Amino acid sequence: MPRPRPTRTRPRRRASFAGVLGELLVTAGVFVLLFLGWQLWLNNLILDKQQSASAASQSAEWIQQATTTPPPPEATTTEPPVTARVGPAQPFAVVYIPRLGADWQRTIREGVDVETVLNSFTAGVGHYTDTQMPGEVGNFGIAGHDSGWGNTFIDLMKLQIGDKIYIQTQDGWYTYSFQNDEYVQPNASDVLLPVPRHPEMPADGRYITITTCNPPFAAAERLIAYGTFDGWQPLTAGAPAEIAAQVAANQTGA
Amino acid sequence: MYNAIWRALPGPLALRIILALVLVAAVLAACYFVVFPWVDGMLVTQDGTLQP
Repeated sequence: MPRPRPTRTRPRRRASFAGVLGELLVTAGVFVLLFLGWQLWLNNLILDKQQSASAASQSAEWIQQATTTPPPPEATTTEPPVTARVGPAQPFAVVYIPRLGADWQRTIREGVDVETVLNSFTAGVGHYTDTQMPGEVGNFGIAGHDSGWGNTFIDLMKLQIGDKIYIQTQDGWYTYSFQNDEYVQPNASDVLLPVPRHPEMPADGRYITITTCNPPFAAAERLIAYGTFDGWQPLTAGAPAEIAAQVAANQTGA
Repeated sequence: MYNAIWRALPGPLALRIILALVLVAAVLAACYFVVFPWVDGMLVTQDGTLQP
């Protein structure tokens, strides 16, 4: 049986206005620090893992579908199939870039909406709807955060000439080679033209343009990475050798 | 203010500590899942896209 609490030994001090104000200010300071910890570290840690895991299972699911339902004969021609367009915020591809990490992969969704694509726990990369699709002659333009919300393209500046960019769709693997990058103003949308930066030229090949923020944690400029199309192979032909181990690990993990 | 919250908590010391920790956890969860994402949206947009 609990003993009755003794009556108060000290007289209760009345809360003073200055005391409460001080506590509120200290609390506000703590919240600012908590926010910085969340923005700079915790949120990125969680989203990086979740976006990568989500892309891994999406990638494995498409490979599973391709092996259980063989593609129609025309899918084995040398000309790459053009990826079918999907509705806003629908997934249609997974991107692998070995230079960004052996466990880095992201699902690409249609559109570059912040809420449903770029900040999503299950995406992180979006496709500019005005640009072409993988396999189509022209430019496949995609965007992702540089810092924050999963740190999607924080290492994009580390790409070296010839680094591979692999785009997996339900049809197959599209391989691009990184060529060069460029720092531009946020309104330089001509980097997304069918021939980047050359409005006068008709589409003459298959390109990829990746856009992200620069500098990290600010939005003053954009970092642009360009790549050219190397080739295509169906999903049933297996993943490209460079990422075969990563893709296999994704399949066993799914 | 915190003194008043502490006094408002019922029960013996152990229960008060548990309740205080639950309150702190609830505030942190509300921050991480609701308040901070919302505040981030109000700050500089770092979406990395190009606006013509």
